[in-house]
Amino acid sequence: MANTSTVDHHDDHHAPTGLKRWLYATNHKDIGTLYLIFACTMFFLGGAMALVIRAELFQPGLQFVDPQFFNSMTTMHALLMIFGAVMPAWTGLANWMIPMQVGAPDMALPRLNNFSFWLLPFAFTLLLLTLFIPGGAPAGGWTLYPPLSLQAGDSFPLTIFAIHLMGISSILGAINVVVTIMNMRAPGMGLLNMPLFCWTWLITAYLLIAVMPVLAGAVTMLLTDHFFGTAFFTAAGGGDPVMFQHIFWFFGHPEVYILILPAFGVVSEIIPTFSRKPLFGYESMVYASASIAFLSFIVWAHHMFTVGMPLAGQLFFMLSTMLIAVPTGVKVFNWCATMWKGSISFETPMLFALAFLFLFTIGGFSGLMLAIVPADFQYHDSYFVVAHFHYVLVPGAVFAIMAGVYYWLPKWSGRMYSEKLGKLHFWLSTIGVNILFFPQHFLGLAGMPRRIPDYSTQFADWNMVSSIGAFVFGFSQLLFVYVIWQAVRSGEKAPARPWEGATGLDWELPTPAPYHSWDPPPTREVVAKGVAQQH
Amino acid sequence: MTYVYRSIALLLALTVVASPLTAHAEWGDLNMPVGVTELSKEIHSLHMTIFWWCVAIGVFVFGWMIWSLVAFRKSQGAEPDVTMTHSTKAEIIWTVIPVVILVIMAIPAARTLIAIEDTRDTELSIKVTGYQWKWHYDYLGKDVKFFSKLDRTSDETRQLNSGLDPHAVPDYLLNVDNPLVVPEDTKVRVLLTAQDVIHAWWVPQFGMKKDAIPGTVNEIWFKVDAGKTGVYRGQCAELCGRDHGFMPIVVKVVSKQEFATWLAAQQTGATPTVASREPAPSPRG
Repeated sequence: MANTSTVDHHDDHHAPTGLKRWLYATNHKDIGTLYLIFACTMFFLGGAMALVIRAELFQPGLQFVDPQFFNSMTTMHALLMIFGAVMPAWTGLANWMIPMQVGAPDMALPRLNNFSFWLLPFAFTLLLLTLFIPGGAPAGGWTLYPPLSLQAGDSFPLTIFAIHLMGISSILGAINVVVTIMNMRAPGMGLLNMPLFCWTWLITAYLLIAVMPVLAGAVTMLLTDHFFGTAFFTAAGGGDPVMFQHIFWFFGHPEVYILILPAFGVVSEIIPTFSRKPLFGYESMVYASASIAFLSFIVWAHHMFTVGMPLAGQLFFMLSTMLIAVPTGVKVFNWCATMWKGSISFETPMLFALAFLFLFTIGGFSGLMLAIVPADFQYHDSYFVVAHFHYVLVPGAVFAIMAGVYYWLPKWSGRMYSEKLGKLHFWLSTIGVNILFFPQHFLGLAGMPRRIPDYSTQFADWNMVSSIGAFVFGFSQLLFVYVIWQAVRSGEKAPARPWEGATGLDWELPTPAPYHSWDPPPTREVVAKGVAQQH
Repeated sequence: MTYVYRSIALLLALTVVASPLTAHAEWGDLNMPVGVTELSKEIHSLHMTIFWWCVAIGVFVFGWMIWSLVAFRKSQGAEPDVTMTHSTKAEIIWTVIPVVILVIMAIPAARTLIAIEDTRDTELSIKVTGYQWKWHYDYLGKDVKFFSKLDRTSDETRQLNSGLDPHAVPDYLLNVDNPLVVPEDTKVRVLLTAQDVIHAWWVPQFGMKKDAIPGTVNEIWFKVDAGKTGVYRGQCAELCGRDHGFMPIVVKVVSKQEFATWLAAQQTGATPTVASREPAPSPRG
């Protein structure tokens, strides 16, 4: 950036074809595509596991699987969805969009980018291998609480190693995002001019760098407890099983915001576009995101109110958790104010963003309820919690990912998806997801614990409803794949700005976006134009 | 869009109409039980208070969203007001009001929490130890102790493809061989620990749960209201391995008189009502 007049032109436009294009990929778009395809694959594998769970829970009694295998399914479903589907999907979107939005030709560290992606297939191959070894896949829950997780058989080292690989991949991806945003912004693109997706991802990247090593430490201690005679978490050797939970959730709570902050970014782009009005309170959105990230480090023990903490500790974690409602509320109010006096249209990306707005807010309400410690003594480890975190993760994070894919697909592929099929996918998903998760609030309040393969007959009716919702939601996602496949194959040609309200540098590029996004970099006039429309 | 809102409204209306009609019907199990102890009622009332706060905020926020979506439709010729980009006044208002609501909510929550933690003046202490996958109850200082595990009928029915109908089993998965017996109107302290992995002891009608952790002793207390004798059921609430779903908790609340008789009988070993069908396994290592 020091010398903007002499732009380095890398003339080695070597473009390997076939398998090599992907194995040796250094282009941010190719790697972004790899991430998204990988995430989609894991989404369907994790989804298939969820359907095994919901099939078993369709009625009381054990019909299909052994309880141990059921526990493996809940454990693997969570690991696949969190580390395999949602996180790589966000990294994929970051790869595609950040260079385009900040005016860069590519990510800052392309070979690192390649490495961080290609760790993932190996990590998940190791993890999925455990399904086929004696003793089966890990079944102690994705939270890996000892002493239970230490009872695992041969799956144990494979799981730990897989988690290490996922963690390294995430940290490298995060470093790449930070370096790209800090160093590769086009002249004139100040930090407070960036689209909110870049901002939320920048904050997410710092969270990743801060907490993935903590997870690595926690699982390494499990490993040495299991194989090398240490007793970090073994009471008989002077250790403390609760210490693991503290360390795990010190990672785990920021992790929750790692999954949702980029969603805030995507929604903050889509709602202004389809309201044809700039985002309301841009700066307060940035500060709210940063506050949420900060608070995420001091609320971890609200995941473990029932372990027996001192009164002062419980009060502290209750109050800090309740505080999170404030910046989150600011965000929701800003989105509402963005729509106010807008000119709103309802294309598929907007529909998904609106469903996010409504349903994430419901998840926020149940989160507020969970913060009230005495009430949490009832909610904790019941289906109420399952309903809560699925509301923030499925119609929250996953819907935002889908909104982002529909929103940017025309820019990526140069082709439009079928609006009719997109809307059908939206309605099936939204209705399905509510039938699936809303009754789980009732089940939890009535006293059904989570992670059980069979239940008392009083819970039969709502479980059946929930399972029906699960199958509706699960199978409608096949439509999502079909819509994208159809669009890329034979969709209508998309104009450079398919959404009349879309602003930002990403929409100043031709459609489809060129292979090396901004090469040469955008002129100050182009940057100023993109930025001006945004504020 | 209107169709969707109408459906949601209909669903809500149905829920409201259905709930009082169904004292025992399964569809009616929509809310947290009020419970039968001093604390459970306080917890329930906190739950309802925060719930109604959420409903109130929801009416406002969803009302605002729906209003915007209806009033500012492009299809109805809405023109965007692109000058409306920020307002410090608005930002302050919607930061301060939530803070006030949270403070209003935090005060009663803290008060109940302090009551929950107050384990003074307990009249009976029972040590509860979690095992994979049963509970052990020890009436401290009374020389009465026994294991409590899933009843045989439930156990046979819950086997994979047992061919037996869970609906035909009374209290399927919520019944044990030897229930815990406690007197009404007595402050009972429960000391929780575990032998192997972490479990959690939860009887929803008593208002709370707590983890049973190896190497640690946690405590909770409950005092069942006078006149609320009966059988209350719960389950292990912390994933504890293969049969986590099959280690229920059954508490039989009796009058003080009956309890004294029962305890005496246990101490002399006269009536083997609580003797296990199998010898109690010795604790592992």
